Amino acid sequence: MSHHTIAVQDVRYNYPDNTQALQGVSFLITHGESVALIGGNGAGKSTLLSLLVGIVFSTSGSVNVGGLKMTPQAAADIRRRIGMVFQNPDDQLFMPTVFDDVAFGPLNLGFSTEQTQEIVNKSLETVGAAHLIRRSSHRLSTGEKRAVSIASVLSMTPDILLMDEPTSGLDPWSRRQLTGLLQNFNHTRIIATHDLDFAMDVCERTIVLQNGRVVADGPTSRLLRNEELLAGSRLELPLRLQSF
Amino acid sequence: MQRLQAHLDHFRRLDDLAQMDSTIHRLHPAVKIITTLVYLIIVASYAKYEVAGLLPLVIYPVAMIILGRLPLGYFAERMLFLAPFILLMAIANPFLDRAPLIMLGGVAIAGGWVSFASIILKFLLAVTAVLALVATTGIHDICAVLMRAGVPRILVLQLLLLYRYLSLLLEEAYRIEQAYLLRSGGHRRGIAPKVWGSLAGGLLIRTFARARRIYDSMLCRGFTGEIHFLRPASVSAGSLCYLAGWTVFIVYVRFVNIPTRLESLFRGVFG
Repeated sequence: MSHHTIAVQDVRYNYPDNTQALQGVSFLITHGESVALIGGNGAGKSTLLSLLVGIVFSTSGSVNVGGLKMTPQAAADIRRRIGMVFQNPDDQLFMPTVFDDVAFGPLNLGFSTEQTQEIVNKSLETVGAAHLIRRSSHRLSTGEKRAVSIASVLSMTPDILLMDEPTSGLDPWSRRQLTGLLQNFNHTRIIATHDLDFAMDVCERTIVLQNGRVVADGPTSRLLRNEELLAGSRLELPLRLQSF
Repeated sequence: MQRLQAHLDHFRRLDDLAQMDSTIHRLHPAVKIITTLVYLIIVASYAKYEVAGLLPLVIYPVAMIILGRLPLGYFAERMLFLAPFILLMAIANPFLDRAPLIMLGGVAIAGGWVSFASIILKFLLAVTAVLALVATTGIHDICAVLMRAGVPRILVLQLLLLYRYLSLLLEEAYRIEQAYLLRSGGHRRGIAPKVWGSLAGGLLIRTFARARRIYDSMLCRGFTGEIHFLRPASVSAGSLCYLAGWTVFIVYVRFVNIPTRLESLFRGVFG
């Protein structure tokens, strides 16, 4: 199986208080696909992403990433293949400077000082943030923080990219920059979002979650026109498809 | 509300200052750490009634501040913030030790007041030197040197994460305080004692949750319980000169009481 494939089979996950967050989720995502994961608040999007990187483990069912079954033992290996961009960039940027934050991953992977410096420069250039390299992470704008968060993940050269609400808190300009950036990526991508216009621009496939279940899985262009389906998932038509 | 924000700003400012560029910033971190360590040992080694002998040691932190282009106001503010703690440590001395020790302008000064002045001076010198070290080196580089010097990995990790956690704690505390004060009618000053307990509990839970998310993000980037640092640049000749120069000066000041020598000199010339 390709390193870039994700197979989720009948996954269930209960919170410690026994609330069922995921109730039998299954899907297969193949090499290079860009998939939007949409659903209302509490639908299970963030939990599903956490399962894919081994932050939490399923109560039953299986998660398979690039041919490796997700277990606590295999989680570290799987995380080398998956880059996760967290919803709040402040949770991801914790080092004193942008350079240190982007270098954190490569250094953990055992790259040398010279290699790390090269990787950091390249990753920041990719997201258009090379000029921020010496800045303190906490002094950046939300858009800049998002760009640096993505660079900090790209620096680990992941095969698969997961993003949790990447457009939240971004102004229109930063959102447009992010759209352009993600359109040029070749990684397998799963993007959990409420921003359906962004999903239309970046993802050709959409999975709709409702109360921890997959209620639809298909082409974005078709699913995001289905007003009934979206309303059932506490969503609305993308703005560009709404008539005013 | 402004006070917590001010503390957070001060804390973050240390990181910002460490990113500046100056003669001191460019020195090898190990050299600055060793010099500061020598300085602290020497400052602590003075006898309890020594005040005049300590005065020449002011030159080291002042030189760090000037050459490191650090804002003097920042240091003054930090000292003012720490003043109550310093006073608390030394305040008992004048009451416990009332025997006259020296004559100053015809007035007998009790030993307690002299040791009081000595403690405060030592504390000010030590805190300024450490603050200047962090402000010109950064906690990250300091930890990298400690790790290479053989300090146990777990201790270095604790230091680095504690430093980060403090900033998180302040951020969350500020948010809680802001939320409370905005809904407390606007006429109340500070937080009512009856809600201190629940707010402190909330703060603990929030910072734990936040720390957990940060830890998760670290795991996702290959963290396995070990922090890896970039290999530091080799020690330059300039850095070695800095170390040698200051060490000689600090040790010289310790064993030769310059103010007393100067006094004798003046007496000899003008007396």
